[in-house]
Formats: sequence, C-alpha cells, structure tokens
Amino acid sequence: MSDTKWKVTINGIEVECVPHETILQAAKKVGVKIPTLCHDDRLEPYGGCRLCIVHVKGVPRPLPACTTPVADKMDITTDTDSIRKIRANILELLLSNHPNDCMRCEATGDCTLQDLSYEYKVDGKRFEGEQWDLPLREDNPFITFEPNKCVLCGRCVRICNEVVMAGTIEISGRGFDSIPETSFKKPRTLDNCEFCGQCVSTCPTGALTDKRGRGKGRSYELEKVRTTCPYCGTGCNFDLNVKDGKVVKVTSALDAPVNHGNLCIKGRYGYEFIHSFERIQTPLIRKGDKMVTASWDEALDFIASKFKSLIKKYGENAVGGYSSARCTNEENFLLAKFIRTVFKTNNVDNCARV
Amino acid sequence: MAGLATSFGAGAASNSFNQIGDADTIFVIGSNTTEGHPIVSLHVKKALRKGAKLIVADPRKIWLAGKANVWLNQKPGTNIALLNGLIHIILKKGLENKDFISKRTEGFKELKEKVQEYDPETVMKITGVPEECLVEAAYTYATSKKSMILYGLGVSEHRTGTEGAIAIANLALVCGQIGRTSTGVNTLRGQNNVQGASDLGPYPNLLPGYQQLGDPAVRARFEKIWDVPIDPEPGLKFPHMLDAAISKKMKGLFILGGDQAHTDPNIHKVWKALGSLEFLVVQDLFHTETTKYADVILPGASFAEKDGTFTNGERRVQRIRKAVEPVAGMADWEVICKLANKMGYPMKYNHPSEIMKEIASLVPNYAGISYERLGKDGIQWPCPTKDHPGTTVMYENVFARPGGLARFVALDQIGPGEETDKEYPYHLITGRVREHYNNGSMTRRSPGIKELVPEELIEISPSDAKKLNISDGEFVKVSSRRGKVTVKAKVTDRSPKGVVFMAFHHQKVLTNVLTSHHRDPYTDTPEYKAAAVKIER
Repeated sequence: MSDTKWKVTINGIEVECVPHETILQAAKKVGVKIPTLCHDDRLEPYGGCRLCIVHVKGVPRPLPACTTPVADKMDITTDTDSIRKIRANILELLLSNHPNDCMRCEATGDCTLQDLSYEYKVDGKRFEGEQWDLPLREDNPFITFEPNKCVLCGRCVRICNEVVMAGTIEISGRGFDSIPETSFKKPRTLDNCEFCGQCVSTCPTGALTDKRGRGKGRSYELEKVRTTCPYCGTGCNFDLNVKDGKVVKVTSALDAPVNHGNLCIKGRYGYEFIHSFERIQTPLIRKGDKMVTASWDEALDFIASKFKSLIKKYGENAVGGYSSARCTNEENFLLAKFIRTVFKTNNVDNCARV
Repeated sequence: MAGLATSFGAGAASNSFNQIGDADTIFVIGSNTTEGHPIVSLHVKKALRKGAKLIVADPRKIWLAGKANVWLNQKPGTNIALLNGLIHIILKKGLENKDFISKRTEGFKELKEKVQEYDPETVMKITGVPEECLVEAAYTYATSKKSMILYGLGVSEHRTGTEGAIAIANLALVCGQIGRTSTGVNTLRGQNNVQGASDLGPYPNLLPGYQQLGDPAVRARFEKIWDVPIDPEPGLKFPHMLDAAISKKMKGLFILGGDQAHTDPNIHKVWKALGSLEFLVVQDLFHTETTKYADVILPGASFAEKDGTFTNGERRVQRIRKAVEPVAGMADWEVICKLANKMGYPMKYNHPSEIMKEIASLVPNYAGISYERLGKDGIQWPCPTKDHPGTTVMYENVFARPGGLARFVALDQIGPGEETDKEYPYHLITGRVREHYNNGSMTRRSPGIKELVPEELIEISPSDAKKLNISDGEFVKVSSRRGKVTVKAKVTDRSPKGVVFMAFHHQKVLTNVLTSHHRDPYTDTPEYKAAAVKIER
C-alpha cells in the first residue's frame, strides 16, 4: 500500500485517510456515528440497507457511507434534514413488514432496528401493506429463527458464506418472498450447519436469536463479563452474560483481539457445563468403596497429613504432582511452586506435552 | 515445542493469528484447522478470499484439502521425508534464500547433504505423494513473498514429533520465510493454556520460564523468593511417574485438572499405575475416568468462576474473569494455597494478580506483564519490561538461541513406532471433532452439543468398508495390540484407504485403549496419530 494520505472533512472535522478507506471507516475514526443495519466490520461492505447515506459536497445525490471510498478533500455531512427524512422513510418501510412486538421480543434492548426507530421517531404505521406471516423455526438445538422479524440485510447469509464459508443459508425466493433459508428449507443439522451461531451474532434484529438463552434475560439486565474461551489454544474472547449468579448465554466481543467477535460452536454454545448438576459440589473422601462428602478443612487436613506421612515414610521423591494445560497460568505456576516448596521434590509435570 | 526451541531458540509460535489473513501462501500441515481450531481457520479463509495460495499436507481429505492449490496426502508418519523432499526440490531449483541462510543460520551444509537423499522419487515411495504435487508445493512456498506455516498435533503427536517440528523449521529457514509479518512457523496449540502451562508450569527438569533446574544461578533466584532450597536433580516426567507407581516407588500423587485415565494413550497401563498408588488426589470439575481412582476428590472451579490468565497459541497472555461464584466456594489457586499453609509452608496471595507479580519477577519473558497492563487486548510475550509493548513477530533480527543464529538440523525419516501389518492392517489416527473437546467432560454436558454428536464414530474409507462388508452406521470391533472397543462406523472418503480416524470424546468408547505406547523420546509426547488396528464386523 502506498503512503498516500488524504484529508477528508466529516461534519466539519478533518480526518486523515488512506486510499480505499470508506466514508464509514473514516467517520468511525473521529467518533461520528452513522446509522447502519446491513454493516458488520467482519463483512465486506454491502450497501444494502441505505441507512448510512450521507451528503457529499458536489454530489447531487446521497451516497452510502459503507461502500463509498473516500477521496482527497472530500467534504461530507452525515446528518442533514433531508438525509434524516430519507432514513426515516427507509425505517418506515422496514417496519411496514415487521411484527413490531418489541414488548415480548427476545432482542429488545439489543436491536438496531428498535434503536433506530426510537432515534428517528417512527412507528411503522405510515405504510400499510402485505405482511409476512411465517412460522417460527426452532428445529435445531441452538438457533431460533423468527422470519417475520427479518429485514433482509443479508448479514447472516454473508457471514455464513464469506467468513465461515459454511454455506448453510442463502437468500431464497424472489421479491416479497425473499428470505434467508437453508437449502430446501431443511432443518439445520450437522449436515448443513456448523452451529457456530455467527448468524445470530450479526443479526441486527430479533430474527435470529440463541435458542438456549431465550427468555433468560434482556440484554440490559445481563452483566457482561469479558473472558477467554476455555477450549482450544486460539484464545478467543467473548462475554459471559450473567443474571442472578448464572451464566445465561455467551455473546460476541467484536473488539476481541484474536477472534474479532467470531466464535465456534464450543465457544458460543459450550458454556452450560458451568451449571451442570453433575459438577462436583464438595470435597469427597474415599471410605472403602464409597466417596463421602467432606468439608474443605476435613479434606485438606486429611490430604496434608497423608502426604506428610508418605514423605516421612518413603521420602520426598515418592510423591509428585501433575497439572493441566486447562488451568490458568497462575495455577500452573503455583502447583510448580507447591510441589517444590511443600513436597520438596521435582516430581512435577504438566499435560502440555500431550 | 522442543523442536522449535532447537531450531529457533523458543518453543512457541513465531507470528500472530491476525497476520494469517495477509499471507500470500499458507502451508497447513498436520492440522485439521477447521475442526481443531475453527477461528484460526477463519483467518485462513480470509486469506483465501484475498487470493492467497494454500498448501495442505494431511493424510485425510480434510475440508481445507478441498480448498488447497496443492494437497499433499502423505502416508501417516512420513512428515520428515515429505519436508526433506520439499527442501530437496527447493535447493535443486535454486529457490532457497541464500542471503538469509548465510546471515541468519548455521548448520546448512549438513542439511544440504542430508536432503540430497530425498529426491522426489524416493519421497514419493515413502510418502505416496506424486512428484508434481511436491514440486508445486515447494515452488509455491519458496517463491511467495510471505509464506506462513501452520502446524498442529498431526506433526507433534508422533514419536518423531520433535523432529517433525525441526523439519518444518528447516523448510522455513531455507526459504527465509520467518522473522517478517505474515510468515513464520506457527504451532496450533491443542488446549487453551498449553502455551502458558509450558511457559510457567511444572516441569521436572525446568523451573518456570524454561529455566534450567541444574543452573545454580537460576535456582538461587527462585530459592530467594520461595525461601526453600531446591533440589538440583530433575524429577520424573509423568509417564515415568506412572512407571514408578507400578514399581511401587511412587506412592502419592496430586492431579490438578487432568483426566489421564481417559486421554492418555495405552490407558490400560495408566489404570494400572493409578490403581497402584497408595494415595491419589484429583481436583476436577466432574467425575472422570481418573477420579475413579482417587482417594480424595476436590471440586475444581471452572473458567467462569475464577480470575486468572491463559496464554494462547500466539503467546498472548489474556485475562479470564470471575463471572459467578465457584460451585464449591474456592478457586483452584486458593485450594493450593490453603493446602500449602496446612502443610507448613506459608503461601498467601489475595488475588491471582499477586501471583502474576511473582511470575513477572521470576520469568524474564513475562517480566513486563501485570494485570493492570493486560487490558482487553492482552500482551504477547516476550515482554521483558513494563514499558515493552509485547511481541507480535518473533526473530525479526535475531533468533533466541545463544549467538542469535537459527540452527539447521539434518534429519532422517523415521516411521511410526507401530507399522501396520497383516494382523493389524489399518492405521488409526486420533483427533478431535469440532463439536467436542478432548475427554468431553465439558462439551458432553452442554445440552445441544450432546444431541448433535451423541457418540463416537470411526471414519473409514468407502473401499475399506466395502472390503470388510461394513455399512455406514454399523457397529464394528476395533482392536489393537493393547485393547478393543466397539464403535459405530462412518463411511467417508475423508479417510484414505488403509487409514481410519477416531476422536476420543466419549466415555463409552475409550479410544485410548487402542492408541500406541510409543512416545517422542525428547518430550514424551504420545504417538496418538499412529497405531495399527484391525477392524471386524
């Protein structure tokens, strides 16, 4: 890439840009918010929803910010009366074929369509016309599809084909009947879907939601705790969504350094073991053939006395410890320290070799 | 790990995952990336969208093989011959990076002589890969501006795993495809914290930070902070602890978060060893095959229940944060501290961040890392000082070996410890499927995943299935010299003729009764990728 630098003005603010940057990217750099529905940083620019239209000085018609590259000395205004009017019109049209059932919608509080309708003061009553009345689809373990809430932004289809290359869904049908669907409307199974939930993570409305998290809390009720995935060595980050001391779902962290909001089936849907009833709840001590529950103090006192007596009887090198590549750095370090300082042996290893 | 340390000086990936997308050529060897590391594979897919070339070396027809410009379908256990063969072609055609070799490496002469023996015809005989594929792969890798290698456990989990990694390093060095953005040799770590456990964790011959136990100066630094004398004699590696348990020399063991009675190879022996111990403590989230042998079981805390850090496969130290209370009230680090105190060694930390402080004071690569600095992006080590930004590209100017040069090592092809024969004619490879994770104790308890993949399968090629008269979905008996399991067959052309594949996620089918007892002699990594089995209806 060349070192060319261009100066662009957005709402009177000067921004330095490089060729190939879009108006949307330039605006983001200086904190100017332009509304979008079909845009996701993980996807190629699409220009489908037209909500991101802006006024460029010298151009007689509005231009979409997400697909228009900047040019040197471009003078851009993102928020004029006429542009607001056009955006409101687009939203009115989208709402004319939308259930508008926000009060019971899973996505309430986490819905771009809802936020923009609020901002642009539209309610969907202006245009009357035919409305979809399609059944809710839940014929798989993880993904709920409410087609009536789809705004045909194509994000789900694009993330599935561009980013994941899974080819699970495609916009099928024509005109009014267009809808993102699996081929032949087959239920999602492992034959046609990876269940990565990427489509859910990008959906700007309540059309695609995580089935297992439904009804367990609105986004504003959930505490989001940023963490690192405990499965493979990629190191994806995501947000654990917590309500009343329980993890109720996992959501994408779009600013994650490695995965940028992308997740696989294990990262997004492999969290429920946390609250499994099969978790070991208390220390257990073997009494004959049975494992008997014990308090922490009982168990740790017993372990301490047992290891002490083994060391006394057979020497330090008759005992050892083994730690796990599943545990944290701090725990691994501590076990290495513990075995050497408490057991006083170097019989300590970890499963990283496996 | 030992392999890359031999060649480059550090046992870690050289570059960042974010650089994969900008590579011109990606060479994936021994990694079913789309299943084992789905999000790394998204970076590969991004590169493909931008027009990058892809070379895949894998005996199985994995998804990436279908997208590859060249698929090198080598026979299992022939990685070294394959890589030597690629270097042979590169040298013969004069495609090597002479400037890089002369300025930044040593030992080239020996390598050059050795790879003479690996002409395409010989390599074809050993690996089964046609000459034109070898030539195209060699040419593509050597002549691209930025070529990056991703390798996985298909390289490491052989008795020649260390040599396999060295052979990869040789290839990268010959072409100078390292030390720049979007090049390098990148290991894909199987588990979330393999890198961190290696960096900081317990080794019988090393103190945290890969520091030699035998070095008195190193011991003195640890002894000063830990306030105990440290024995200079190395202890036992885990496989040898098991041997010692069987011979009654090892009496007591503390296992933190491992399920060796499920995931170790040749598990009959593991069972015998654990059964021979006088006292076994196991700390885990769930009852596992291993807890069956425990005298005391301690409840572990899951990643959602504690603070701490993991270090990912690109050396990035990242936070985990406590979201909910530990089920049994204590995080694992607290349990270790409490036990230490009870046994008379004072261990007091108020928070894992204080443990990280101690790590930073003892481990040079982590010296600049603290919880305050980790923020949302983490830090990639080496991070030697508090104002160091971390390292995205290693070896830009020098390698981490003494003297700063990388080292070529001449290698011979050595096959798997157990070759197929008349009695056990099929080659078993084990690995993961995307939906499950290792012993499955977590994913099998995640509703939905359990429904999607409820059971173990053995993948077998259509021609072998026909020969054995096995149909898809039928149960078959699979046995090796060490044991037998019954498992459902999946007939798929993902398996080449003579090769079968199994995962190891289910307790009902313990794949590891079959796997080989052979190990890499340097690292003791088991040869999970090569066992000889027979299959009967």
